[in-house]
Amino acid sequence: MTIRQLSVFLENKTGHLNEILAVLAKNNINIVALTVADSSDYGILRAIVSDPEKALEALRAEHYTVRVHDILSLEMAAAPGSMSHILDLFTAADICIEYVYAFSFGSKSILMIRTDNLDKSIEVMKANELKSITEEEIK
Amino acid sequence: MIWNKEMECMSRNEMRDLQSERLKQLVNHVYTNVAFYRQRIDEMGIKPSDIHSIDDIVKLPFTYKTDLRDHYPFGLFAVPMKEIVRVHASSGTTGKPTTVGYTKKDIENWREVLARCLSMCGISSDDIMQVSYGYGLFTGGLGVHYGAETIGCSVIPISGGNTRRQLQLMSDFGSTVLACTPSYALHLADALAENGYSLADMKLKTGVFGAEPWTENMRLELEKKWGIKAFDIYGLSEIMGPGVANDCPAHAGLHVHEDHFFPEIVHPDTKMPVADGEEGELVFTTLTKEGIPLLRYNTRDLSTLNRSTCECGRTTVRMKKITGRSDDMLIIRGVNLFPSQIEHVLLEMGETSAHYMLYVDKVNNLDTLELQVELDEANMVDTIKDLQNLARKIEHALNSAVGLSVKVTLVEPKTIARSEGKAVRVVDKRKK
Repeated sequence: MTIRQLSVFLENKTGHLNEILAVLAKNNINIVALTVADSSDYGILRAIVSDPEKALEALRAEHYTVRVHDILSLEMAAAPGSMSHILDLFTAADICIEYVYAFSFGSKSILMIRTDNLDKSIEVMKANELKSITEEEIK
Repeated sequence: MIWNKEMECMSRNEMRDLQSERLKQLVNHVYTNVAFYRQRIDEMGIKPSDIHSIDDIVKLPFTYKTDLRDHYPFGLFAVPMKEIVRVHASSGTTGKPTTVGYTKKDIENWREVLARCLSMCGISSDDIMQVSYGYGLFTGGLGVHYGAETIGCSVIPISGGNTRRQLQLMSDFGSTVLACTPSYALHLADALAENGYSLADMKLKTGVFGAEPWTENMRLELEKKWGIKAFDIYGLSEIMGPGVANDCPAHAGLHVHEDHFFPEIVHPDTKMPVADGEEGELVFTTLTKEGIPLLRYNTRDLSTLNRSTCECGRTTVRMKKITGRSDDMLIIRGVNLFPSQIEHVLLEMGETSAHYMLYVDKVNNLDTLELQVELDEANMVDTIKDLQNLARKIEHALNSAVGLSVKVTLVEPKTIARSEGKAVRVVDKRKK
């Protein structure tokens, strides 16, 4: 139901994002999906990568504040309205969405969702037979 | 005007005799009534009877701010609580404040020295004094208030803050004297125009500024901005509060009321007394204090002493205006702050690393404080909201612990430089 996401604390400095990407590149880690949340002082880089453990180790070694979080991963049909349909189910269960991002992997459309209640979200996915995607499938 | 000619213009020899008498009484008082001092004096291998004159003061032990903290809250009081009529407190080096207590006689003496200070500034019963120092546990407000009443001023106890109302009352009531921190006086001056006032609306003649170190240049700037005479009042709660010393119209050093507070200057490293004119740490012995008398309290303020007769006619010893300290204490908006207090709060919370940097600055003449603290991995979250909540939580904890508002910024690990010797924890951009 979930896959591991890297969350990296990122100060607002020119070239800073690229420094992190360079660390990943040097260690031959592929970025499958990436999004940056920003505020006036700092941001959070969120990324799905080919090898989360190796990425964690490499970034730690360079003194970044980094952690791995389990985030809901859903496979969507590549058709209009499919994302809206999924979110309807969460809303009906009174689950609040903290953040969401989507990406394509091969022919698959993938939705990453962070809600305020992980357990309840998993129940909703199971009850509605929503299709999840595993880390193996996107390697 | 000289409030107490007898004391303020006494010959040096007579003053020495008076101080010698008072020191002997003081040492007996603390030896008999304060366990801490009895132990310290015993440890030094001396007896109260070894103190014959003020010159013997060098035989006595020093007192530090940490001693007050270690005996929090009333451990150094020399009289039973039933004789204490007032308690004040200021921030200590860590979580606990420094507490002081006053007997009726102490309050009388405080009024007396403040009456001398205010008279030195040319203030009299003809004046309307706006006291914009904070009232409460801080000694500033109430201390100046009592002194102003003693000389018969009409006192406006407005306390600190609320700039708009300060200016309105200053204009409506026709205040002739303003008593506050120099930085607040500058802030008020700069706020005149935007609040619809000009100097023509004000009757201000005199400023009594203190509770933070400030330069002679700032004094001149305040005189110019307000069109007033500005004076420096010095004090610290451990010794009495405001009124330990004050400068006269000659502005050639601050007259210490040395019949009550005996000053020494010691070398910051060796703690040995230095010659008059040489700079060192300012040390006070409270010759007449009953509630919490202190022997050789090291203020950590840096100054020099001058025992020559002043052109104003006073013979009392003058201390050079304080512009620095020998420790890392900061004075922010009149509030004492040690970086160790910040560290204490961070360690107690345990939600960030203990690597931090304090940035002190002045914006619109008011001190600002920013804390940059490194976020560690255990507390890394994946939403901005949670990071902001963490920063706000630290801000609240600091605010309640040190009584100052602090802007907290989270930074990445290793962004704060590690130093090999003594860590640099403070960048004070106020210093020019």
